[in-house]
Amino acid sequence: MINSEILTYLLLTPIISSVLVLFFKNEQVKLIRWFGIASSLLAFVISLVAYSQFDQTNPLFQLIHQAVWIKSLNVSYFVGVDGISMLLILLTTFLTPLTLLSTWKAIEKNVKMFTFSMLFLEAGMLGVFMALDVFLFYIFWEAMLIPMYFIIGIWGGERRIYASIKFFIFTMFGSLLMLVAIIWLAVYSSSVTGFFTTNLIDLYKVGPTVPHQVQAWMFGAFFLSFAIKVPLFPLHTWLPDAHVEAPTAGSVILAGVLLKMGTYGLVRFCLPLFPQSAVAYAPAISVLAVIGIIYGALVSMVQTDMKKLVAYSSVSHLGFVVLGIFAMTIESVQGAVIQMINHGLSTGALFLLVGVAYERTHRRDIAFYGGIAKLVPIYSTFLMIAMLSSVGLPGLNGFIGEFLILLGSYKSATLGSTWFTVFAASGVIFAAVYLLWMYQRVVFGKVTNHELEHELTDMNKREILILVPIFVFVLWIGIYPNTFLKMTELSVQTVLQQVSAYSVNILK
Amino acid sequence: MINLIYLTVLLPLIGFLINGLFGRKIKNACPDDVGEKIIGIIGSATVGISFLIVVGAFFQTLALPVEERSNTVGLFTWLSVGGLNVKFAYLVDQLSLTMALIVTGVGFLIHVYSIGYMHGDKGFWRFFAYLNLFIFAMMNLILGDNFVVLFLGWEGVGLCSYLLIGFWYDRNFEKGTTSQAAKKAFVVNRIGDFGFLLGMFLIYLTFDSLNFNEVLSKAATFPVAESTFGLIAIFLFIGATGKSAQIPLFVWLPDAMAGPTPVSALIHAATMVTAGVYMVSRTSIIFASAPTVMMIVAVVGLLTAIMAASIGLVQNDIKKVLAYSTVSQLGYMFLAAGMGAFSASIFHVMTHAFFKALLFLGAGSVIHGMHEEQNIQKYGGLKKYMPRTYLTFFIATLAIAGVPGLSGFFSKDEILWNAYANGGFIFWLVGMITAMMTAFYMFRLLSLTFYGNERFDHHHVHPHESPPVMTVPLIILAFLSIVGGYIGLPKVFVGEHGNLFESWLEPVYEPAMNKLAHFGSHSHLEEILLMAASVALALSAIYFAIHVYNKKPQIAENVSAKFKGFYNLLLNKYFVDEAYEAAVVQPIQKGSEKLLWKFADVAIIDGAVNGLASLIDKSSGVIRKIQTGATHAYAVIMITGIAIALLWLILSL
Repeated sequence: MINSEILTYLLLTPIISSVLVLFFKNEQVKLIRWFGIASSLLAFVISLVAYSQFDQTNPLFQLIHQAVWIKSLNVSYFVGVDGISMLLILLTTFLTPLTLLSTWKAIEKNVKMFTFSMLFLEAGMLGVFMALDVFLFYIFWEAMLIPMYFIIGIWGGERRIYASIKFFIFTMFGSLLMLVAIIWLAVYSSSVTGFFTTNLIDLYKVGPTVPHQVQAWMFGAFFLSFAIKVPLFPLHTWLPDAHVEAPTAGSVILAGVLLKMGTYGLVRFCLPLFPQSAVAYAPAISVLAVIGIIYGALVSMVQTDMKKLVAYSSVSHLGFVVLGIFAMTIESVQGAVIQMINHGLSTGALFLLVGVAYERTHRRDIAFYGGIAKLVPIYSTFLMIAMLSSVGLPGLNGFIGEFLILLGSYKSATLGSTWFTVFAASGVIFAAVYLLWMYQRVVFGKVTNHELEHELTDMNKREILILVPIFVFVLWIGIYPNTFLKMTELSVQTVLQQVSAYSVNILK
Repeated sequence: MINLIYLTVLLPLIGFLINGLFGRKIKNACPDDVGEKIIGIIGSATVGISFLIVVGAFFQTLALPVEERSNTVGLFTWLSVGGLNVKFAYLVDQLSLTMALIVTGVGFLIHVYSIGYMHGDKGFWRFFAYLNLFIFAMMNLILGDNFVVLFLGWEGVGLCSYLLIGFWYDRNFEKGTTSQAAKKAFVVNRIGDFGFLLGMFLIYLTFDSLNFNEVLSKAATFPVAESTFGLIAIFLFIGATGKSAQIPLFVWLPDAMAGPTPVSALIHAATMVTAGVYMVSRTSIIFASAPTVMMIVAVVGLLTAIMAASIGLVQNDIKKVLAYSTVSQLGYMFLAAGMGAFSASIFHVMTHAFFKALLFLGAGSVIHGMHEEQNIQKYGGLKKYMPRTYLTFFIATLAIAGVPGLSGFFSKDEILWNAYANGGFIFWLVGMITAMMTAFYMFRLLSLTFYGNERFDHHHVHPHESPPVMTVPLIILAFLSIVGGYIGLPKVFVGEHGNLFESWLEPVYEPAMNKLAHFGSHSHLEEILLMAASVALALSAIYFAIHVYNKKPQIAENVSAKFKGFYNLLLNKYFVDEAYEAAVVQPIQKGSEKLLWKFADVAIIDGAVNGLASLIDKSSGVIRKIQTGATHAYAVIMITGIAIALLWLILSL
């Protein structure tokens, strides 16, 4: 294995910048903002450099950097990427500067702490995606909770304390179980390989040999932790609260990246570490995923608060991702990976747009709006694009993910029934209902509220600048998804091969 | 020209981008109407040039030997995952060329017409941008060489339909708003798309491909169970019932009339709504392999035809009559397809595109001249005010009523003959009754609009003829409505290969025809007798309609008074909308709000979480009391503990 330091540089950039932020004076608001954006842009550039060095014809982990950390426990600082994590890293570094830019007006209280939290959060997210040592992974996984807790708790809405504590406890509960499983697994590995290890690549060989009964518990512990994060029905109730209370930037990162850590965990840990259990429980989990798809969409439909509507739609969209992962066909998992990106883009855009309106009117209830097409044409057009992307209109990104997931799950031998797809596909109808209905009530019709005429102004250049890059990718993935599909294809195949090597009940 | 076919897709897209991004600027930068002209010319020219390219490709294809007439023009790989390989490629063959000629040809005329019709509208640029986007999507739909590109177009036209129905987004429409009608159209179509998607998945599972050539050739040769074919066909047909407004998903089309009239002509009459017919035709081999589903298609088509025609008998909104007429005519097309007469169904797509587009545009001209009034009871005697509109409308009415010599006669007759030959007398009879109703309601419409007393208020309404930019397209369409049928003359007159239209399309349907056992022995005499009967019946219906609505209007009133219940049933469109609202929409909405959200989510799931939290909170409150801080209490507990431990040790010895 060749050591490459690029990922370490990438990881260090937001860490060092976040520390540097603390040396600014509280009053230097503008400077802090610019510094935050500049350093997150630097991280984006470094991630692009990493991408340029990434070889998508290589199915193994790449750009690896390994260094001894805790020698007695055989824990190492061990980072590297495959196609899946590379893509998610790019998503993270892409969204972070945009979200920071979106806070220009929205965050005025304690900008220094906020910028610190955001950069620290970025470091945590990057760490999660690049860690190849489970202990290291766990550290990042937990570390990232803290800034998010503050982002919701300090800069959030009225019920921010309730929401942030709920968010914290839910996630903490899951991750503690995962910690137990990690320790158990590392100990068990010494009985198999002769040494205690938390190295993920070694554990890939250990996990499948765990006796089935125990493996089921291990799987369960990891799974629960990830399922809460996703969130999978019925573990989702922290999400609407967190989203509604979080500031726009928090919602964007939460939906855009944080939720993906759950689905990423499923692909990176649950499937390859415990293939037998993953296959055995796939149908049961998929039932929950499909319930989530329909349930999330229906509950979303009847929301009166725009942010809550988008939050519940996440439950529905992420249900697709989980279904795709556990259908375990190349099409469905590829679809799931691309859908993670899609959801980050389209839901991110929706939250940003809701935020734009909220900044002007301080209202999020659908009933307050009406007929704004006339007042804010650019905003209405942007909202239309974001909505269509989320609805899964062919030609835009959402379609690619949903189509591949549904197509792949239809032929899945792991699921063993086409009913999963039939029910999941009905989500396509409901998605159109809740988003179009919201759009109709907010944008079309006559101007219902004269307050709007004074308060609601169209998008400014800064806001347009935030959304246009997102839309570029919305179109890119919709028209030429191969750029991204090729990046992850071999990695997905590797995961599926690992599963099929230990389980007969798999197609290809 | 075949190789340039992608331009017919690209040009409208460019038109959309120019007008969509810069339309407002163009309009503001130019004085008076110049901006409108530029926008209109860009919009029309992109479609016009596309039409010319299609014409070129058509003649080029025609010059090729029959077996080389199907060509694929590949652009790039769209999706490639595992075994799935979807190319962005266009299939240029007899069927797609026929559809492309209709779409770009009629589309171009409607674009030109819109320059006049939309004159002065503040959203003029937006209108042309959407129209171009529609042509872009529609061309993808008909040219795509695989199901996924077709689906891209399929959803794309749905989007444009949504945007254009709700074009006047701040207007009311009937009991609701235009945007409600738009949303209804999109959602109902999505229900159909759900079926279409499942059909695609099953096709991929069965044939391991989504490419037309591969799937269709495998379908013709692979040993696949009839039940599988049946399931695929039924899924695809669900998609078709959505897009082409058939029972049970037809409810969106009448509401789609909330859009500007050129939209009704282009999207909701001539092109988009025939997409379902095209799709069935494209996959004819799959349908032909599932005889039961073929019968379902035919029956649904027939029932839709007569149901919609009967509603059309009593409607008073000029566009609504035409809307139900469209639903009804689409039913004919599915009847034809279900009878295995795929070529006849496409033939009717074509003739219908001519005369129905003409009828809608004529209606638009009337509405334009009558200051947006749409109620035909408030028209009357308009013939002298709008001679060109009247004459062209009259020709279209003759065509749709099935008067011999005009295009509609030939296509409808072919369908009725197939209904008789492959379905039986009942099919023919119901089809014939529908045809009579059609002739009746169309002449009712014609009479109430152009003949008789002037029933409008002369002080406020000053009927006038529309400008040439609107009437010239009408004249061209009128010409096509007359002559369009002569490329598909009945075989009984011109012999086995005399029907040019059928011979042209024949190779496309050859695999399907090989599977279908067809045409029992029916004599020429039979066919000619049926034809004569249908002509006689249509003419009598026409006579009756003119007689009633021109000379003795009290007859109509008496009849509607006598059969009041039935009349109300028809007037209220069989209460289908109300039934759907009560049986589907309300339960889902109420259930989602009360049961799923407020009960399941908030009370049960979140309630459990919060309950657990408060349980822990409360029990911690109790346990906390042990921590009194008083040392002697701790000492007592400690000693008790030691005592118990010792006791246990002693006992266990």
